[in-house]
Amino acid sequence: MLNQVRLHKGLNIPMAGAAALKMGQEPAPGVIVMKPTDFRCLVPKLMVKEGDKVQAGSVVFIDKFHQDVCFTSPCSGTVEAIVRGEKRKLLEIRIKQDAVTEYLQFAKGTPSKLSKEEIVKALLSSGLWPAIIQRPYGIIANPADTPKAIFVSAFDSAPLAPDYNFTLASDIQDIQTGVDAIRKLTGGEVYLGVASESSVLAKLNGVKAYVFNGPHPAGNVGVQINHISPIGKGEVVWTINPNFLAAIGRLFNKGVYDVARTIAVAGPQASNPCYVKVLPGVCVEALSSMFVNDGGQVCGQHVDTRYISGNVLTGKNVGFLGSLGFYDFQFTAILEGDYYEAFGWCKPFRPGKFSVQRSYFSWLTPGKKYNMDANLNGGKRAFVVTGLYEKVVPMDIYPVYLLKAILANDIDKMEQLGIYEVIEEDLALCEYVCPSKIDVQNIVSNGIATMIKEMA
Amino acid sequence: MKGLIDFVNNLRPSFEKGGKYAWLHSTFDAFDSFLFVPKTKTCCGAHVRDCMDLKRVMTVVIVALAPAMLFGMWNVGEQHSLAFGLDMSFWGKFWYGFLRVLPLIIVSYVVGLGIEFASAQIRGHEVNEGYLVSGMIIPMIMPVDVPLWILAVAVAFAVIIGKEIFGGTGMNIWNPALLARAFVFFSYPTKISGDVIWIKGVGKAAAGELVDGFSGATALSQAGAGIAPDALHTVAGQPMDAMQMVIGNMAGSIGETSVIAIAIGALILIYTGIASWKIMVSGVAGALFVAFLGGIGAQEGTLAAYPAYYHLIMGGFAFGIVFMATDPVTSAQTECGKWIYGFLVGAMAVVIRLWNPGYPEGMMLSILLMNTFAPLIDHFVVSRNIRRRVKRAVVK
Repeated sequence: MLNQVRLHKGLNIPMAGAAALKMGQEPAPGVIVMKPTDFRCLVPKLMVKEGDKVQAGSVVFIDKFHQDVCFTSPCSGTVEAIVRGEKRKLLEIRIKQDAVTEYLQFAKGTPSKLSKEEIVKALLSSGLWPAIIQRPYGIIANPADTPKAIFVSAFDSAPLAPDYNFTLASDIQDIQTGVDAIRKLTGGEVYLGVASESSVLAKLNGVKAYVFNGPHPAGNVGVQINHISPIGKGEVVWTINPNFLAAIGRLFNKGVYDVARTIAVAGPQASNPCYVKVLPGVCVEALSSMFVNDGGQVCGQHVDTRYISGNVLTGKNVGFLGSLGFYDFQFTAILEGDYYEAFGWCKPFRPGKFSVQRSYFSWLTPGKKYNMDANLNGGKRAFVVTGLYEKVVPMDIYPVYLLKAILANDIDKMEQLGIYEVIEEDLALCEYVCPSKIDVQNIVSNGIATMIKEMA
Repeated sequence: MKGLIDFVNNLRPSFEKGGKYAWLHSTFDAFDSFLFVPKTKTCCGAHVRDCMDLKRVMTVVIVALAPAMLFGMWNVGEQHSLAFGLDMSFWGKFWYGFLRVLPLIIVSYVVGLGIEFASAQIRGHEVNEGYLVSGMIIPMIMPVDVPLWILAVAVAFAVIIGKEIFGGTGMNIWNPALLARAFVFFSYPTKISGDVIWIKGVGKAAAGELVDGFSGATALSQAGAGIAPDALHTVAGQPMDAMQMVIGNMAGSIGETSVIAIAIGALILIYTGIASWKIMVSGVAGALFVAFLGGIGAQEGTLAAYPAYYHLIMGGFAFGIVFMATDPVTSAQTECGKWIYGFLVGAMAVVIRLWNPGYPEGMMLSILLMNTFAPLIDHFVVSRNIRRRVKRAVVK
């Protein structure tokens, strides 16, 4: 019998377009994009130039301030373009993929027989270190730290998220090797949060498993940390996604940097929502046959398709020319929101729209799934309604007070109110339900940036 | 509908930056977003959003206010016909009341929204919807005979001093509607208390016009004057029981008399989750608690000797606890704080009623007082959370 945690707060957003449990056609080799902007606070130092040949596992850029942290190519091929933005900020490294992937060979090994230093070194040189995220702040872990514990959430509860029982079922061996490796990195436990005892990952050895029962954000690792062992000031914990545990396992079992992952392609604008095996950095274009690319009609007006790398709560709008982020395991396609809806707010019924509150009547149709779009559904206002955020944050935190402390740039208050315990995704549902349409995640980002700057 | 969208789209450029009427941007925006849900896209953070917005919140509150308002209109006619001994039909009474209340609503909205639009324009903000509710509540908590100019001044005071100087909806400390009433109460006391202002036309009635045995006192002022519960009487001098006070066909401010109509509003607010049931429940508990304590050993013939539940059905208690104490901006914001805040609102209201020799109604002052202390209550609740966190910190 595993430890049970029952969460009552939260919300499963009823979105249409969940991926069916079947695999779609893998995209043909094309362009793979590496984006230093996927990593919070990273100042990259480029190690390749246009025209260079790379193998899967070759270093492409490194962290300027922790030069042992490498970011390596997920595929073999030729560096086709280096895209820079304002002030020459490094935005993208585009690698033209070879037809057959050549892997750079790393040393194989059995993690249980390796020392902590050897494991850290293997992860750093292979490019898998960035998979380990440090809390507080949600930044890449510092290899010099020893975390209090490592947390792994073995399920994703976000809207239309991939089902890890399906995508990781064949990777259990590698994941077990990955767990054996990261166990060496902490002085404490490796905690695993699962959705149910029958989950395929619940049988891993060497972890302390907890069952988290409840609506989203039960699958967010931040929520799980808050219930298992909340982060205090001065403490550091690490988190890692099970997909990366599988990649770590492959590194030690096969000696290769193989971060291929099975992602969900979902959303109301996905023509055939299903799963597909891709590399991080795969372009939307390569999967274009899986989306309805010519937009659609809302309220008699034409709107385009929005392509999101990640889920609709925390993902990034990457556009048709964009690519899958390093930490993302799904593409979601929805309709854009630039249309007018006459008298929308005062219509008694708006059958196509969902509201968690009862002033619309979507509570009468609990099983219905909605074709949601990117309209803001209102205008931005000050904080007015109270008690709503608290209903979707299953943590011992007062979200509105934390947000106001961030807005006031009051560092002491932020610390006291729990800035160390949250990252954007943990309060994303607040943003969804907010009738004042406050950009909650943006505020949290600013707060974290301030803390990193002030505490450095 | 396509035509309307095109029409507004054609107008839009003149009101945008660089356009001829760019200085009227906020006003145009207010009407534009009134007609349409704007085409604003989510740009950062969550890509999909709940379809609830502040306009909808305010609409639901107005719907919840409607039963009390409609009953209030009918009751204006009813009380008038009783006072003057007129024989009026149901619809006749309603129509009479409607025509008397409508000017109050119009003045309240025109003055209040005028100031809201002007200040939004000055700040370059969007116009906030907050006043849609305040503008409806203000006439409902006024006596029907209040002069329109006093109402206009009170509204201006409430919106400017109560709201706009703090930064608009969401930033105010005190409930603007109550501030309007407090303004009239302290500046023009004779216009909001006494026996002749609650019924339309009584103030100007010639001798002999009114029915025999007429008394314009509200139930609460009769109780405050030492009349026993079984001797309370209606406008026409008939005995009045508790049931009649629940139904609400008695003298009082326009919207406050009917507990039943207010209860319908309360159900709507609680069911839609717009107002906090915790504040309502703990408010009622607080009032009953103090009324019960006050009643122990109370002298016959004082308000304290009344059964505790009378405090819930007399005066503005029901209206205040349902529609004004629950104002999310000015009430306590933490869930635990709401219990404490509500309890104290109810308790203070009865304390003022029982132990204030000057004026029997305590709801207005009680809510304003607790509005002032709501941030303090929240402070203590949040401090508890902070202490828990500090305790487990490794580095102090």
